[in-house]
Amino acid sequence: MTVHDLSRRLLLKGSTFLFASTVMPKIAFAQAPGGRLVVAADSEPKNLNPAIVASNGVFFISSKIVEPLAEASYDGPEGLAPRLAVSWEGSDDGLFATFWLREGVTWHDGQPFTSADVAFSALQVWKPLQNLGRLVFANLEAVDTPDEHTAIFRFSKPTPFQLIRNALPAVTAVIPKHVFADETDIATSPKNNQLIGTGPFKFAEYRPGEYYRLVRNEDYWGEGLPKLDEIIYRVLPDRAAAAGALEAEEIQLAAFSQVPLSDLARISKVDGIVVYTKGYEALTYQLVVEINHRRKELADLKVRQAIAHAIDKDFVVNTIFLGYATASTGIVPKNAPEFYDPSVPTYDFNVETANALLDEAGYSRDANGTRFSLKLLPAPYFSETRQFGDYLRQALAKIGIDAQIVNNDSAAHQKAVYTDHDFDLAVAPPVFRGDPAISTTILVRSGIPAGVPFSNQGGFQNGKLDALIDKANTTVDTAERTELFKQFQRLVAETLPLINVAEWGFVTVARSNVKNVSNNPRWAVSNWADTEV
Amino acid sequence: MSSIPVLLIVIVGTFFLLELAPGDAVDAYLVTIGGGDPALVQALRESYGLDQSALVRLWVYLTSLAHLDLGWSVQFGRPIRDLILERLPNTMWLMGAALALSFTLGSLLGIIAGARPGSVFDRFFSIGSLALYAVPSFWLGLVLIIIFAVQLRWLPTSGIETIASGKTGLARAIDITRHLVLPVSALGLIYLALFLRMMRAGMAETWRQDFVLAARAKGLARRRIVLRHVARNALLPLVTMLGLQAAAMLGGSVVIESVFAIPGFGRLAQEAVAGRDAPLLIGIIIVSAVLVLIINLLVDIAYALLDPRVGASEGRA
Repeated sequence: MTVHDLSRRLLLKGSTFLFASTVMPKIAFAQAPGGRLVVAADSEPKNLNPAIVASNGVFFISSKIVEPLAEASYDGPEGLAPRLAVSWEGSDDGLFATFWLREGVTWHDGQPFTSADVAFSALQVWKPLQNLGRLVFANLEAVDTPDEHTAIFRFSKPTPFQLIRNALPAVTAVIPKHVFADETDIATSPKNNQLIGTGPFKFAEYRPGEYYRLVRNEDYWGEGLPKLDEIIYRVLPDRAAAAGALEAEEIQLAAFSQVPLSDLARISKVDGIVVYTKGYEALTYQLVVEINHRRKELADLKVRQAIAHAIDKDFVVNTIFLGYATASTGIVPKNAPEFYDPSVPTYDFNVETANALLDEAGYSRDANGTRFSLKLLPAPYFSETRQFGDYLRQALAKIGIDAQIVNNDSAAHQKAVYTDHDFDLAVAPPVFRGDPAISTTILVRSGIPAGVPFSNQGGFQNGKLDALIDKANTTVDTAERTELFKQFQRLVAETLPLINVAEWGFVTVARSNVKNVSNNPRWAVSNWADTEV
Repeated sequence: MSSIPVLLIVIVGTFFLLELAPGDAVDAYLVTIGGGDPALVQALRESYGLDQSALVRLWVYLTSLAHLDLGWSVQFGRPIRDLILERLPNTMWLMGAALALSFTLGSLLGIIAGARPGSVFDRFFSIGSLALYAVPSFWLGLVLIIIFAVQLRWLPTSGIETIASGKTGLARAIDITRHLVLPVSALGLIYLALFLRMMRAGMAETWRQDFVLAARAKGLARRRIVLRHVARNALLPLVTMLGLQAAAMLGGSVVIESVFAIPGFGRLAQEAVAGRDAPLLIGIIIVSAVLVLIINLLVDIAYALLDPRVGASEGRA
C-alpha cells in the first residue's frame, strides 16, 4: 500500500464518520475504485471448508476464496465454465477422467498450484470426508499426476463422466496440499476456518456473530479481476432486519431470499433497489411431500394418487411462493434440461377424482366426513415449507383425510423423519444438484439405513426403480444414461414414492450500483470475480 | 457457597431437559450441511462424543466443570469460555443500559405521575407505558429500525459497531453508543411501564402515611415532600424490582439481539438450544446466574445506602 493510498483511505474513513453524523447516505463508499461490497449472511458455518462441507451456506462465503475445477455457466459448453481446470475428458470405459489444469495459478500464500493439490484434495478430502464427494468419488482409486498440470482420476469401477462433470461445481473445491497435508485430522483442523485458496478473494478476518471480511487477491489468475477490493458478509440473523439494512444502504446485497418473499413487492419499488430472480438455476430446491409407506393407507397407490390430485400446485406457487416458483411435474426439475422429461404422468388438481380414488381404495367417510387421520410434519427450514404444511392440511381435509400437523425445530424434525420414521406425511425441501445421482435418486432408492438425512426413509421399495438407479450409476455412455433417467422420472411419477409439488430458486435483492449480479446459474455461490460496485 | 447445590441442580436439569428434546447436535448439524451418508453420520457422532450414553457425557462434563473448564462447543468448534467471553460484554452493555433507562425514566415518570394522581400527566404516562409493555419486543425493535434507521437515517439499523471501521478509543465508543441507542430503547421502553407503575403505586401509598401527614402539617413545600419523603420511600421496592428484572431482561435480550444482529448472550443461548449444544447452554446459564447474583448483590448494597434502617437493623440482629 502506498502512502498515497493510505492517506486516501484515512480520509475516506474520516469522511464516513462525518457523513454518518450529518445523516448522509453511506453509499458514498461506492465512489471509491474497486470498493467494498457488504452482503447479508444469515448463518455462520462451523466449518468453512467447501472441500469438506459441500453446502450452499458454506459456498456462499468460501466460493470466493477456494475455487472448484469448473463452475456452472449459462453459455459455456456443457453448461460449464473452466476454473482451476481448463479442459476435461472422460475415457470411454469410464475408468479414467483427465483434467488439464490452469497454469500460472498461485495459492494465497504464494505457493504454486499444481496437480498434486488436486490429487490430495480428491483422495484425502473429497472422497473420504465430503458429504457429497463420498458418493460421487466412491470408486475413485487413485489420481495420477504425470506432470504438474495434468491430473488423471482412476476409478475402480466404471463411473459415468456425465455425473463427474455435472458435479464439478459443487464437489471439486481444491485446497492446498502444503497447508493441509500435515494435519492429523483434516475434518476438524482450525485451518478450515482460515482458508487459503486460489480464488479472487483472500480470507482476512472473521468476527463471530458480526462479520466475515474477504480482501482482493492481487495475484489472481483472471486478468483484471477481481473488480472489488473487499467483500464483507454481515451476519444478520433476522430476515426483516436484512431488508431494513438494505434500504438504509448499510448492506448492498442480500441473496438466498434473505429478504422474505412477502417483502419483495414493496422493496422492488424502492429507488435504487433491484430484485433478481435469476442466478439460482443450478441450485433448484424442490417442494416435496414425503410419504411413509409403512402406513397401510399410504402404501396404496390410489391413496397417493388421490393426495397428488388434491394439491392445487398453482395455488401453492401463487399464494405461498407469491409467484417466485414453478409447479413441478416430477422428480427432475425443469431447470435441469439435460434430464428433464415433461411427458411423465401428471396429476391435475381435481378434488372429485381424488375423492373417487379414495372411495375406490375402500376408505369411506365416517359420520364426520373423515376417512382416516395422518400425522403431517412440515420441515421447519423455510417459512414456505411450513406454510405449505398448513395448506396441505386444508387440501387433505377436502378429500376426507384428517392431517394433524406436528411442528418441530430442525434437529427434532431431522430425527423424527429420517431416523425414527415417526411421520405419515412430511414436507421436505430437497435440492437438485445438477445430476439426479447426486442427491435426487437417494430420495426414492430403497435400502438406505435410518439416520441419513434427505433420503428415502419412507420405506418405499420398488425393484424396477432400484435397478434403474443402479444401472444409471454404472452407465458410462451419456445418451444412454440420460435415457435411463428419463425412464426413472416416468417410473417415479407412476409409482409416487413421493409427491413433487413445486420447485424454486431464491431471490437476490441488491442496490442498483452492484453490477454483474446473477450472471451464472450458481451466482450466489460462485466467485464474484467480476462483480462491481 | 449455599448456591452450589442449586447450581448443580440447574446444571443437571438443563442437561436432561435438552436431552429430552428430540434430535442431537449431529441432527442439527446435518440439516445445515444438507445431507450425508451413514458412515459420515456415525463418524460425526463419534467425534462429538454422542455415541456415549447421556450419563457418561454428563459425568465427563461435570468433571471438567469441577476443574473450572466450561468445555468445548461442538456446534461452534471452539472453547465455550472463549465464546462466552466474546459475547458477554455486548449483552452486559445492552442489559445494563436498558435497565438503567427503564429504571431512571420509569421512576422519574412515576414520580411525576404519582405526585398528582389523576392528572393529565399521570394518565398519559400510565396508559402510554402500559401500551409499550403490551407490545412484543421484536415489533417495537422493527418499528424503531424503520423509523430511525431506514426513514430518518439517524442511527444504524443493526450491529454492535461499524464493520471493520478501524476506529479506536473515543471514536469507537461513540460508534458503539450510536449502535446501542435503538436496541437499548427497544428493550428498555418495554420494562419502563413496570417501574413507572410501581413507583406511582408506591407514591400513592406513601402519601397516606403518617410521616407525610406530619411533614405536610409542618408546612413543608410540596416539592420537598414529594422528593425527600414520598419518592425516597417509594423507591425502595423499585430497587428490589431492579434485581429481579435483571434476570427477565436477560431473557428479553434474545429477541432484541436477533432483531438488531448483536452478537450477545441471548442469541448464543438460542443457537445452543437449536444446535442441541448442552455444554454451551449450561455454560451460558452458569454465567447468567453469576451475573444475576452480582446484580442482586449490588442491589442489596444500594438498598442499604438508600434505607439506613436495613443495614442498622441487621447489624443489631
